[in-house]
Amino acid sequence: MARMQISDYFAHQSRWGGWEYAFWLLWIVLFFVPDSNLVLLTQILIWGLFAMSLDVLLGYRGIPSLGHAAFFGIGAYSAGFLGKYGWTEPISGLLISALITGCAGLGMGRVVRGLHGVALLMVTLGLNMILFDFVQRSTDITGGDDGLQDIVIAPVLGMFRFDMYGKTAYVYVLVVVFIVTLLVRALVNSPFGLTLRGSRESTRRMIMLGAPVDRDVTLAFGVSAAIAGIAGALLAQTTQFVAPEMVAFTRSADVLVMLVIGGTAVLYGGYVGAAVFLVLRDVFAAMNPVYWYFWIGLLLVVIVALFRQGILPKLAEKWTRFREGR
Amino acid sequence: MTSLLTILFNGLAYGLLLFVMAVGLSVTMGMMQFVNLAHISLSMLGGYVMVWAMDAAGVPFLVSLLLAFGACAAFSVLLERLVLRHFYGADDLTQVLLTLGLLFMSIASVAFIWGPAFKPVTVPSWLTGQFSLAGLQLERYRLFLLVAGGLLTLVLVFTLERTRFGAMVRACVDSRRAASGSGINTDGVFALTFALGSGLAGLGGAMSVNLLSLDPNFPLRYLVYVLIVVSVGGMGSITGSLLAACLIGVADVLGKYYLPELGGLFIYLLTVIVMLWRPQGLMGRAA
Repeated sequence: MARMQISDYFAHQSRWGGWEYAFWLLWIVLFFVPDSNLVLLTQILIWGLFAMSLDVLLGYRGIPSLGHAAFFGIGAYSAGFLGKYGWTEPISGLLISALITGCAGLGMGRVVRGLHGVALLMVTLGLNMILFDFVQRSTDITGGDDGLQDIVIAPVLGMFRFDMYGKTAYVYVLVVVFIVTLLVRALVNSPFGLTLRGSRESTRRMIMLGAPVDRDVTLAFGVSAAIAGIAGALLAQTTQFVAPEMVAFTRSADVLVMLVIGGTAVLYGGYVGAAVFLVLRDVFAAMNPVYWYFWIGLLLVVIVALFRQGILPKLAEKWTRFREGR
Repeated sequence: MTSLLTILFNGLAYGLLLFVMAVGLSVTMGMMQFVNLAHISLSMLGGYVMVWAMDAAGVPFLVSLLLAFGACAAFSVLLERLVLRHFYGADDLTQVLLTLGLLFMSIASVAFIWGPAFKPVTVPSWLTGQFSLAGLQLERYRLFLLVAGGLLTLVLVFTLERTRFGAMVRACVDSRRAASGSGINTDGVFALTFALGSGLAGLGGAMSVNLLSLDPNFPLRYLVYVLIVVSVGGMGSITGSLLAACLIGVADVLGKYYLPELGGLFIYLLTVIVMLWRPQGLMGRAA
């Protein structure tokens, strides 16, 4: 076998698979299906994006965070404040929120990059709790539990008003999610992404290869936070409301669950996990509004016990076996 | 000055309560590196068992506390044998997610069995009201917590430092492989430690009903506190957990009294600072 050129390797890595086209096509088709629940679908896209942001850190770099909702919340509140105090243009609002959250992520990455295991989990969790407490208590700034109201968002591109049926919101979110996913896709398939995966497998070897491992952790935190911030900002802009609940620790746990259900380090795992989680939550909550957490818990236990690597990698494995078997 | 002493008293009582709830987790985490978030669910279970025993069966207060201890210890053995032991070799995240799933299930199950409403408890009259000591007005129930918690701590320290079983536990925490190699039945030691720790969690939960409110969301409210005590104290260290629990208890009460606008900020800040300064915890050994 001829030796692969390095450029060939990266080209091979970033080639589009047929099912990727199918994935995005599905979202477009869903928009035209009559009576499709666009609000739920928008939620799935936003949560999926949020889960993908955690994937950059957890899936590709192997760093767990129990405080990712902090970034989601910072993004949501940034977009909310911009909308409330006159900066109503949504796209620039999104970029500013991403920038703010990215800086917060770089700061957090710089602080926690030396930590491992339980200490890392506790510091990310602790910082999340601090932010939640602050947001909930500063009622004059954030409105406390009542949430941030009177957020005004101008029509997208000056043409598309956010309507009652959530059509504009859906298309807007889908386009943003698509672009960000493309960027993340390019990032994880780039040499930087390969370095991250290398550090995940063996930090020591990557140091010996001369990779700036610590700096990369900070950067990964920054990128991951910026994406989570975009997800938060999208939620704030489409619902025109921000509540402290968006920063809550339970949200950090939920997004972790979604990512693990879907599968880590496969880019689309977060979307699949978000879809499964949110649809099941809808179904269970409709069955019984009080006890639905039982089923989510059971699902989590079953997923962890039976297919630890998540739904998507499991399916991919089955598919490969099936093709090889033919 | 008097108010400061009262706060110290209240904070220590609260801290000892946290200690009783968290110490089992600390020891089992130190021994097996098993992250068991469902530990706090056992505290809730203990609370419900006590309330149920007192209300439905008319069991006296102190007996119902023991009942909570026994029920949680027994239940945890079942849990460990059926579910948890299959995951000892798994990575941190798997354990976190598994036990988080169990925690969610426990919340829903408790809401199903005992209802989603808040459960009050009526403690005997000798534990209600206040008493005065050197000019301070102190609550009787907190004194009970302080005394009971102090006694439990003494018993624990004595068991660990002076008995054969305690020596085995310490050996397992230090190095499970070496302990196993020198003929200690590490599985047995672990199972017993796990049961005792879970029993203590249940006892702590039962003692907390009168002070903290008990409803199915109890685990979500106090999980973070227990995790903080364990990680700040250092896994596997009883004295570390005690120190951390008292520190967190006093800091929490102090913060809420003098700087109520900051709320829980105080202890989270303390946690982050300690973890950045000493990632292995105050009394933990460096990895």
